[in-house]
Amino acid sequence: MAKLILSMDGLVLKEISLTKERTTIGRKPHNDIQIDNLAVSGEHAVIVTILNDSFLEDLGSTNGTLVNGQPIKKHFLQPNDVIELGKYKLKYINEAPKAAGAADFEKTMVLRPGQMPKAAPPPPAPAAPKADGDMTQKSPGAPAAPAPSGPMTTPAPAAPVRQGAIQLLSGGNAGKELILTKALTTLGKPGVQVAVITRRPQGFFITHVEGATFPLVNGKALDAQAHPLNDHDMIELAGTKMEFFYK
Amino acid sequence: MSLTDAIEIVGHTDPGMVRSHNEDSIANDTKSGLAILADGMGGYNAGEVASGMATTVLMTELQSALTQHAPFQPDPEGGAEAGTYAARMLREQIAKANHSIYSASQSQPQYSGMGTTLVMAVFYDNKMTVAHIGDSRLYRMRDNQFSQVTRDHSLLQEQIDSGMITPEEAKHSQNKNLVTRALGIDPTVEPEIHDYETRPGDIYLLCSDGLSDMVPDEEIGLTLETLGGNLNLAAQQLVQMANDNGGRDNVSVLLIKIHKEYPAAKGLFGKFLGWFK
Repeated sequence: MAKLILSMDGLVLKEISLTKERTTIGRKPHNDIQIDNLAVSGEHAVIVTILNDSFLEDLGSTNGTLVNGQPIKKHFLQPNDVIELGKYKLKYINEAPKAAGAADFEKTMVLRPGQMPKAAPPPPAPAAPKADGDMTQKSPGAPAAPAPSGPMTTPAPAAPVRQGAIQLLSGGNAGKELILTKALTTLGKPGVQVAVITRRPQGFFITHVEGATFPLVNGKALDAQAHPLNDHDMIELAGTKMEFFYK
Repeated sequence: MSLTDAIEIVGHTDPGMVRSHNEDSIANDTKSGLAILADGMGGYNAGEVASGMATTVLMTELQSALTQHAPFQPDPEGGAEAGTYAARMLREQIAKANHSIYSASQSQPQYSGMGTTLVMAVFYDNKMTVAHIGDSRLYRMRDNQFSQVTRDHSLLQEQIDSGMITPEEAKHSQNKNLVTRALGIDPTVEPEIHDYETRPGDIYLLCSDGLSDMVPDEEIGLTLETLGGNLNLAAQQLVQMANDNGGRDNVSVLLIKIHKEYPAAKGLFGKFLGWFK
C-alpha cells in the first residue's frame, strides 16, 4: 500500500495512506489532505491511484508543485519521490509487496471490464478535459531516478566484473584489439565461418554460429555448445588466430 | 513451392529461474506454416492446462482446416471489407479454443478462472495473418530494423495510449502483469487479426512477456541481427538472456525466418503443378 508522509522543516506531521482512487490536496477543508497554509491553493493537486501506481497532477495551483525539486504538471510517482507544496513536503512511499506475495505478483492476470471500472477505457480522471492540452508535457524530472525498490526494478542486467577483449594475432589486422562491450560480438566471415562471443554475468562464452568448420579454442575444436572463455585463451577462426584476455 | 523450403521455424520454451512450472505453451508446423504461442494463467496447474489446450486445439483444427481451404482466397461469406480466408479460419478456430477452455474452467472447479494469452501467425502466399490476445507479442526484424508488430491488450498499453504515462515510465510500472483480454475467461473473445506482407530475409519473433519484460528490445534486436544465420542458437540465446537477467517468468520464443518467396499455387495449372511437388 502506497502512502505519503507529510512534513515541514524536517518535522513529520502526518502519514496518509493512498487508499482512494483520487486523493486531493489543498488548503480548503474538503480536501483529503488539507494543508492550511496560504502558499497552498484551495485545490492544489490530486493523486490518482490505480492499483500499485500513483499519478500526481497539479490542478493549476498558484505556486505550483515540485517533485524532487522540479516543477511538474503531471507525474508518475516513483518510490521515495518528494513532493513539495510551499514549505510542506510529502514523501511518497510505496512498499514492495511482501515477500510471500512476491511469487504471485508477476503472474499475468486478467483485468475484466467492470471488475475495476476506473482503469478501463475511457481513461480515468487525470486525463480529464482540462488536462488535454498537457498530454504531451513530460514532467522534466520524472524518469531521472529509476525506482530503487519494488520487484520490477531489482534485476539490473548484471554486468561482468571485468572487461574482456580480443587481440588479433595473425592476418592483415594482426595486433588489432577489439573490446567486447556488447552483449554479443560476432567474429569471422559471414557465409564462411562465424562464431559469437556472448557476455554473461558468469563471464564470456564463445559459440559456433555458422560454417562447416568449428572454431578452435586452444587447439581443440568446439562442439555446438557454448564454451566458456578463460584469460589468454587462443581462438582460431576462419584462418585467423586471436587471443581472448581480460583487460 | 513448398513452405518447408521457404520458411524455417524454431521454438524454445523454458520455465525460467524462479518458477517451477512452465505455463507457456508453443506449437509450430512448418508444413502448414503455423506458429502458435500461449502464456497461461490461473492457479495450480490450470495455466498450463489453458495454454496447452489453446495450442493443441488451434494446431490440430487449423491443420485440418488448411487442407480443406486455401488460406489466400477471399473470405467467401464476408462482405467487401472482409479479409482472406485465413483470417476467417483463425477467428473461427480461436472461438473454438476459447469455448473449450471456458467450458473446462466452468465444469472443473480446479480449472476455474484459467485463461491464456495468445499470439499466432499463419504463413501463406508471401503473407502472414497474425492473431493475438493479451500481452504475448510478435516482433519483426527486416533490413536490420527491429520493430514490434502487435500491440498488447494490457492495462499498461491503455495507459500509454491515453497519455497517462510515457513508454519510458511504463518500464518502471508495477502493473505490467494485467491483461485486458485473454482466451478462455469469458464465453466469447475478440482476437485482433491483421494481414502482413512478408519478404525474404525477414525474421519474426513470437514471445511471451517472460522475454519482453526481462530483455530490452534493443538487445533482442541485436541478437536477431547477429545470430539470424543460426535460428536455433538465436532462440536459445534469447531464453538465456532472459534467464541471465533474472528469469522471473516462464520464457518462450518462436522464430520464423523467411528464406524464399512462397507464392500460392493459384488457378488450375498451379494446383496441377503443386501435386507433383
